[in-house]
Amino acid sequence: MSELEKTKPLSGELLDLQRVICKYATDYGLNFYEVIFELCDYETVNILAAQGGFPTRYPHWRFGMEYDQFSKGYAYGVQKIYEMVINTDPCYAYLLNANYLVDQKTVMAHVYGHADFFKNNCWFANTNRRMMDTMANHRSKIRRYMEKYGADEVEQFIDKVLSLENLLDVHELFETPELKRERKDIDKLAKEEKQKGPDDDRSEALRSFMRSPYYKDKDGKGGGGVGGGGSGKKDKGKHKKHEHQNSDSNATTTATPTTTTAATSTDPQVQGPNHEGEGSRSEARGQQIQKLPSLPQRDIMSFLAEYAPINEWQSDVISILREEAYYFLPQRMTKIMNEGWASYWHSKLLTEKALFASEITDFADHHAGIMQMSRKQLNPYKLGIELFRDIEFRWNTGRYGKEYNDCSDLRQKENWDLRKGEGAAKIFEVRSSHNDITFIDEYLTPEFCERQQIFTYKFNPRSGRYEIDTRDFQAIKLKLLTSLTNFGSPLIEVADANFANRGEMLLHHHHDGVDLDLNYAQETMRNIWAIWRRPVNLRSKYDNKEILFTFNGKEMNPLG
Amino acid sequence: MDHPIKRDHARFRKIIKGKIRENLRKYVSSNDMIIPKGPKRFAIPVPHIEIPHFRFGDRSQGGMGQGKGQAGDAVDGQPGDSSDGQAGQSPGSKDVEVDLTLEELAQILGEELELPNIEPKGRHQIESQKDRYTTIGVIGPESLRHFKRTFRESLKRQLITDTYDFKNPVIVPSKEDFRYKSAHTKVEYENSAVVIYMMDVSGSMGDEQKEIVRTESFWINLWLKHQYKNIEIRYIIHDATAKEVDEEVFFRTRESGGTLISSAFLLCKDIIKKDYDINEWNVYPFHFSDGDNWSLDDTKLCLELLEKDLLPAANMFCYGQVESRYGSGQFFKDLSERYGERSDKVILSKIKNKEGILDSIKDFLGKGK
Repeated sequence: MSELEKTKPLSGELLDLQRVICKYATDYGLNFYEVIFELCDYETVNILAAQGGFPTRYPHWRFGMEYDQFSKGYAYGVQKIYEMVINTDPCYAYLLNANYLVDQKTVMAHVYGHADFFKNNCWFANTNRRMMDTMANHRSKIRRYMEKYGADEVEQFIDKVLSLENLLDVHELFETPELKRERKDIDKLAKEEKQKGPDDDRSEALRSFMRSPYYKDKDGKGGGGVGGGGSGKKDKGKHKKHEHQNSDSNATTTATPTTTTAATSTDPQVQGPNHEGEGSRSEARGQQIQKLPSLPQRDIMSFLAEYAPINEWQSDVISILREEAYYFLPQRMTKIMNEGWASYWHSKLLTEKALFASEITDFADHHAGIMQMSRKQLNPYKLGIELFRDIEFRWNTGRYGKEYNDCSDLRQKENWDLRKGEGAAKIFEVRSSHNDITFIDEYLTPEFCERQQIFTYKFNPRSGRYEIDTRDFQAIKLKLLTSLTNFGSPLIEVADANFANRGEMLLHHHHDGVDLDLNYAQETMRNIWAIWRRPVNLRSKYDNKEILFTFNGKEMNPLG
Repeated sequence: MDHPIKRDHARFRKIIKGKIRENLRKYVSSNDMIIPKGPKRFAIPVPHIEIPHFRFGDRSQGGMGQGKGQAGDAVDGQPGDSSDGQAGQSPGSKDVEVDLTLEELAQILGEELELPNIEPKGRHQIESQKDRYTTIGVIGPESLRHFKRTFRESLKRQLITDTYDFKNPVIVPSKEDFRYKSAHTKVEYENSAVVIYMMDVSGSMGDEQKEIVRTESFWINLWLKHQYKNIEIRYIIHDATAKEVDEEVFFRTRESGGTLISSAFLLCKDIIKKDYDINEWNVYPFHFSDGDNWSLDDTKLCLELLEKDLLPAANMFCYGQVESRYGSGQFFKDLSERYGERSDKVILSKIKNKEGILDSIKDFLGKGK
């Protein structure tokens, strides 16, 4: 920990407490990386919270803004941060020194819940557990760029890139160096196979699959930048791309001069003409210059880092921000589960083990505060903990499966109990293998919704107020899932980097019923345009009509 | 050393201020008068800086909640204003309340209008000395002895002279070892100013006119307070007769009847004579009216008073004429005939409507006097 943070390790009573809670947590089967608690004052907690829990971040006003909010929130008693924990190995967690002892207990137990979740949930499997160092590196890199190219210049560029922060591909979370290597091997195999010619004994389908653009695309994406390996990364990417262009263009055709590699990265216009529609992909004619990207690419940040006509430092800045965005992505995708799981465990550990009789009222008060239900929005803590408890109960009593579902006798259903006792094992399994979407999809039941009094509401223009719309299970579930799909962001991908053969970018929005906010879209496209430096197009739907929006540097047309 | 986030924070505030700067014109003429509450601070809501993202539009489709009620029942309150005490990362389009001190606001005003700093009347500055104990000296009273420094000096001396005994590390300070906290004297210049507002409250000055005067005087006060350490503000209202009033009354009174501007000038003169030594005070008389004076004779009297008594005492005399349906605006003409529209001492400004306030402030304060 940096000296500036003024955090200090636990000692005395709190240290003893930590050991006790840790023991209870382990006894219940929680499994986590070592958790290091640090004690700090509210000022420090505010700073850390503003920086997403990390002691160092790159210099940017957004952290100042967050800090402003947190410290005012605290000063005026609007909000208070009880607990903060970051997903690293070892796990760092912070305790506010002014909290009551019973609160500290609760926080510790809660933190162990999070720590267990970080370690075991599959969506976190590939997160960088040394993010603390990585963040510090990012800081020094960006500072260096600022010294070299000017703070304003770099900050402006960061602002633009932050516009793309939510255009992520969740599948990238499972990309590992091994997988990439494996794919490369497969690619190589395909190449060899091609060279062997038609006499090899594998089936045509297999060979064709081996050569499918799927692999090429993935490969072309190149160094996804897991290590954030800045400047080198771009070169690598280029190099790879180049390589597979060669591999595509086996002897037969291709006028692609080797020099395009340089050209493509400075001027997208030069990027190969798009021969789609001429059937150029047919096996017989051999492959022409690849369409870019060969398959639509959701990871827009990495696409721009690689192909936009920008400087190396800019490409590196994109990679840095991209890496951080992907680091936080699993947390965005598992908010309900993560908080639910941690709350489940603080509740269990405290009520069953750690609380003294004298502390129960305070704990109950505090816990009730966290679980507060709201008529205006669902509280992820509440929803999560109740779902985990419901799952535990259902698997303990055997209320799942065909037999239970088909039972039409309500009384029998009410008292259903097969004494299976599988609850504990089940919730551990759930916490390992789900994210919020699959969690809700799989375990939200009509009975649960009814018990939790969940409803959807909407605006009634006639009465000028928000009114309860329905308590229908399917409607609730649909609404909840919709709000969680693609972590709540519109699904947008790069469809073509040489749209209309003019080097323009074409983005495709997978419209799932909700239109985009056009003002925001225009400003976002302005930022992409500033990076891509050619017009940016967006194919989407508005008012049930297919529309192609074009941003030409000034404004978006049509404006909708 | 400060935490780096302070720099981020400062940067954020600067950006926010920039936003205010852009919107300043609109802001000043808005009806929300900002009156300082509490000791010094007040809050101005400014938009949260939101980096644009692709996002879904039309959220009026509503949301989800928990609780009792049937379809059609109201969900109390509006969605989005979460009052949960948790550290949520729930994104929202909340406005950030950014505190500005009056000081900062004055700075923004100064920068936006490019107001020059005021050069106080040179010889009328009051010097005041302030002692701050920031240094160390070799003489001083025992009560200010600096133990640590003294100890260090003796230790140094004993080590150098090799009289330090490791086995018996007793330090005996001698006279030259003693160190004392010592004061550093700083000279601070104090300058004082008095602002005397005179307002015509005769029947022709309507509420709108007074609102303009009120807003304008708020900003003028703000700037002068920023420039002077010690400032006094006096208020005079007049119709055919003048009287001194407090701030509250100044802004609320509505009288009727005729207008004799000289009455106000006369009272102003008396106030200056009685309470302010013009060698020590920077005097700013402001007069606001709709420009209708009762008679030519009175105008003559006014000009005489101005010439003989007010101008010699004042840094400058400011006359703001608020456009009104009834006012003839004659007084402005009379003054400008005498002093010209661009005099240094007598500053004239016409305020057409609320939008004119900023220009008028610039007229008044742009001279740097």
